[in-house]
Amino acid sequence: MTILSLANLKRLAMILIVTAVIAIMTGAAGSSSAPPTTGIHGSFFERVSWFGLFTAPRWLLFFTLGVIVWLLVSLYRPRAQTIRRGAESFFALPRAVTSRRWARVTLMLVALAIVIVLPKFVHESFWMYLIVEQIGVWILLALGLNVVVGFAGLLDLGFAAFYAIGAYTTAWLTGALPAPALFHHPIPTLWVIPIGILAAMVFGVLLGTPTLRLRGDYLAIVTLGFALIIDDFVETQSGVTGGGVGSSPVPHPALDLGFYHFKWGLSPTPYYYLCLVFIVVFIIVFTSLEHSRIGRAWVAIREDEVAAESVGINPLKYKVMAFAVGAASGGFGGVMSAGLVGIINPSLFTYQVSVNVLVLVIFGGMGSIWGVALGAIVIQTATSYLDNYQPWGYQINDLYMYIGALLIVMMIFRPAGLLPSRRRAREFAEAKRGDDVHTDEVLTGDQP
Amino acid sequence: MSDEATIDYILRAENLTLRFGGVVSLRDVSVEMRRGEILAVIGPNGAGKTSLFNSLTGVYQPQEGTITFMARDGAPLSVIGKKAHQIAQAGVSRTFQASRLFNALSVFENIKIGAEDHRGIGLVGALVKGPGTRRGEHVSDNLVIELLEFVGLTSEANLIASQLSYGARRRLEIARALATNPEVILLDEPAAGTNPSEKLALAELIRRVRDERGVSVLLIEHDMKLVMSLAERLYVLNFGSVIAEGSPAEIRANPVVIDAYLGSSHEETSA
Repeated sequence: MTILSLANLKRLAMILIVTAVIAIMTGAAGSSSAPPTTGIHGSFFERVSWFGLFTAPRWLLFFTLGVIVWLLVSLYRPRAQTIRRGAESFFALPRAVTSRRWARVTLMLVALAIVIVLPKFVHESFWMYLIVEQIGVWILLALGLNVVVGFAGLLDLGFAAFYAIGAYTTAWLTGALPAPALFHHPIPTLWVIPIGILAAMVFGVLLGTPTLRLRGDYLAIVTLGFALIIDDFVETQSGVTGGGVGSSPVPHPALDLGFYHFKWGLSPTPYYYLCLVFIVVFIIVFTSLEHSRIGRAWVAIREDEVAAESVGINPLKYKVMAFAVGAASGGFGGVMSAGLVGIINPSLFTYQVSVNVLVLVIFGGMGSIWGVALGAIVIQTATSYLDNYQPWGYQINDLYMYIGALLIVMMIFRPAGLLPSRRRAREFAEAKRGDDVHTDEVLTGDQP
Repeated sequence: MSDEATIDYILRAENLTLRFGGVVSLRDVSVEMRRGEILAVIGPNGAGKTSLFNSLTGVYQPQEGTITFMARDGAPLSVIGKKAHQIAQAGVSRTFQASRLFNALSVFENIKIGAEDHRGIGLVGALVKGPGTRRGEHVSDNLVIELLEFVGLTSEANLIASQLSYGARRRLEIARALATNPEVILLDEPAAGTNPSEKLALAELIRRVRDERGVSVLLIEHDMKLVMSLAERLYVLNFGSVIAEGSPAEIRANPVVIDAYLGSSHEETSA
């Protein structure tokens, strides 16, 4: 099959149309910072740097990228079988490695060693700050949502609510909100950590108990609504939360053991280690939960709720538990964020945050703890880089378009995520084969 | 017929009526099950057999009637109004017509989920793995191993459930249901889709469920040969009502049953 066949040329036309649309929609004209009158001329014909090599119009860059994509697709398709098989054998090696216990342990120790010494190699405090705020906190959020979405299979579109509850609990108890602190007695930020986690868990139970009777799409809508309520509350109740302006500075955490004093100040490195300790703790906790009685009950509910009930599992109870457990790390993410950023305001807890966390979980691999951690690192690093360097005429407002495209590509080629959980990967394979009977009509089997 | 007072009932449904909008699925159905028997419910398609099962296990809530489960020790339990998981915990277990296994899990894990105690919260136990938790794990693991052997799936323990043959899936479903330590097990067409030799093995297995594990069996089955050889007593449902009750021989000779199955213009009945 020649590359210039009719089908391939049709595909080229399609790809070029799509890239033209993308080129027009993105860039300066698509952003709020540029004057709206720039229109098509502002973005489409804008001269941008090509990977720092030379400058040329943006449309030409997109045109070139479109042709490259077309070439890749055209060359890939006739060889798809061979390439797929090659990829299989390529992925077989890491799979063989990770299936051995000692290899897994070694891998984890190496990873741990790398993250422990990482601050020594990051000299700019700006980047260190981003690592904590944009990666560390988001790993915590993704780990928490993974319990809800990945383990228990509940679509939660409002996870930012728990993040907000953690952060605002911190601000409230440390006396940084207009509302007076509990008992009019502000407490040190470090002490808030267990209280913030507990508060988020309590909210998880409070939200979960009435809503988790709903299934699927209905639950997603309700969780979305809950997050919007929290968002709206902190935005409008300025007498309590400080409204859109936000809190006054949350004091930096400090540790006072009598013989040993330590204060988290402006340097991000100590926050990095605090965050790291908790990420490790949460990974350990969630891993042991996954392999416990509770984790198996979650899988059972996720796979077939009716069958799970038939062996005595109370779905509501375990779903509420998943909500509460997931909220714990989300809540800690909020405490961490408040301690680090200092001034918190509603813009940190928008709907966008909930969606972004979900993206990390789906990208990394639902139900796979290491997958979502890696997914959070990859995506958050990429977005931090793009936001701060703005290469190739990239505009911050275009971020979600690129992330959307990335997710589409993921769903086509690696639907179970970057590092899929074995169980989840099997579920995806089952669903693809289509022999999975999951509908309720099974119950009324008498009907012909 | 023996005297009412001397019969040890285990499950008793009285005057059940189940409606879906205007459609009456069960009409004044009464079914009594004795402890330790193999009881079958038969009937043409759409007769309400699965509806009866779903009512007995809390999946459907009949509008009228009572269902009582008499556990070996403990007070009689009124099933209506209870949730499916509560009924399962009380000792009434079931399988499904189209098998509903946890397809992405191994055979071992499928049974293990059934064997575990799902009461209580156990968040701390799951995390700390104290002696109590470990003892529980040990007990459930042993039960799983025992049941794997009982249904003959020991060598398939580490296979993924979806890799099993049809007959093996049906046996796995029975093992999972038995793992909850039930007193009654409700089997919804356990032999559907199996080949003749698998059918024989299943019949043997069902008999052993009662004989060796002391679990009373309530069975829906379409294969007449299997039902007649297995069941000690049968109920026949048609259009949501019980039309006959009795031993296999009585049912086989009952003209009402023959009518229901073959239509009214039958000339002769074949076994």
